Amino acid sequence: MSIDLESRPRLAPGCRMNEKTQQPRTLLMPERALRLNGPSLEIVERCDGAHTVEQIITELQQLYSKAEPAKVEQDILGYLALLQKERALDFEP
Amino acid sequence: MTSSIANPLALIAELTHRCPLHCVYCSNPLELQARNLELSTDDWTRVFQEAAALGVLQADFTGGEPLTRPDILDLVRAARGAGLYVNLITSGLPLDESRLEGLVQAGLDHFQLSFQGAREETAQEISGTKAHAQKLRVLEWLRRHRLAVTLNFVIHRRNIEQLPEMLALAESSSATRVEFANVQYYGWAFANRDGLLPTREQLTQSIDFLKKAQERLAGKIKIEYVVPDYYAKYPKPCMGGWARKLMLITPSGEALPCHAAKVIPGLSFENVKNRALREIWEVSDAFQKFRGESWMQEPCKTCDRRSLDFGGCRCQAFLLASDATATDPVCSLAPQRPKVDAILNEINSVGAGLAPPAVDALTKPAWLYRPNPS
Repeated sequence: MSIDLESRPRLAPGCRMNEKTQQPRTLLMPERALRLNGPSLEIVERCDGAHTVEQIITELQQLYSKAEPAKVEQDILGYLALLQKERALDFEP
Repeated sequence: MTSSIANPLALIAELTHRCPLHCVYCSNPLELQARNLELSTDDWTRVFQEAAALGVLQADFTGGEPLTRPDILDLVRAARGAGLYVNLITSGLPLDESRLEGLVQAGLDHFQLSFQGAREETAQEISGTKAHAQKLRVLEWLRRHRLAVTLNFVIHRRNIEQLPEMLALAESSSATRVEFANVQYYGWAFANRDGLLPTREQLTQSIDFLKKAQERLAGKIKIEYVVPDYYAKYPKPCMGGWARKLMLITPSGEALPCHAAKVIPGLSFENVKNRALREIWEVSDAFQKFRGESWMQEPCKTCDRRSLDFGGCRCQAFLLASDATATDPVCSLAPQRPKVDAILNEINSVGAGLAPPAVDALTKPAWLYRPNPS
């Protein structure tokens, strides 16, 4: 289960964010819900089938420019792997 | 808001007890509620709104068969409109392609299709109905929608050896999740337990098979597995702890902390028609009864695991030890564990490890089938 940097993750069927008006922002999925904080919210909002994994990494490295870029990349790949394990993502070519 | 009680996360909506199936392990109580007692569309709509305001994230539509409600599309719309994530747990029976389309349009998030086995004859024995072929049709329709699909296989002694066939069925479908949930022994399943509990050997083999399947299908299909807790070393954290995460509403509007709570004598349940959901959750007697740890006896009271499993299941404690405050008798530390061991010894000495008998009619258990309420 390795993640292809060129692929475009998007939320799998049945996985969606709650409404913008509902706090805290939460990723709803079959039999589970994940509360999203700053960085995880930024990641999930970009899992739209348009951004590649690489683009998500670049954008978050800019957004969190004070953090070590390699650490940001590692955290993103770790989080995407977690979502993949939950079967919350489809990876489009 | 200074309430110290955490809000519920899911609302189990038993929309009806009516069902075209008669499964021998049905989780409904032995005393089924009739159609004329069922909550109206408006009642449910208000319950969904109150639940969302209370912090509930998900609604689980179940029954009985929720699709027997003629207003099912309105109910999905109402729950979704209230801001809830909507799960439908169904046999797929009263369904055709246009009704499925309607459910998707109404905002259904997740479709859970229950199976009684991988073969028609098993499904028919267990449900007392011919239903399997329809389920296969439903799987075909589901492919045409971008909808989360889970296949729910209820596992027991009579079908546990069909796991490879069940998994193959799931792999050929659009499902992203499969649940292999062993029967839990309450209600109808408790009455039929001797015919349903798998042998230790069957269980060991099944766990081995499913672990390998989980690895092979990681990232494609999520496989969940629930073992029969009679074989466990420690009890399950039933419902995530009494009145900690879940709330169940019966067809007539009673609010229960779990499916089986009505077996416990002396508990009284409030009805959503008479009292606000928040009050029922926070202060009603039934929800307060086993919340926290003050009700616990030894060994739970001082056990390191009490914050992990909350002493196990109160209903099971009553069913097996005749005391709802006892340690769940399936726990290896429970004084009443010998009762569970005696049940397992019985199961494992009769026909353990044998292939299914050739002359089925003679050895078939005398099932107690669940009727359909009026």
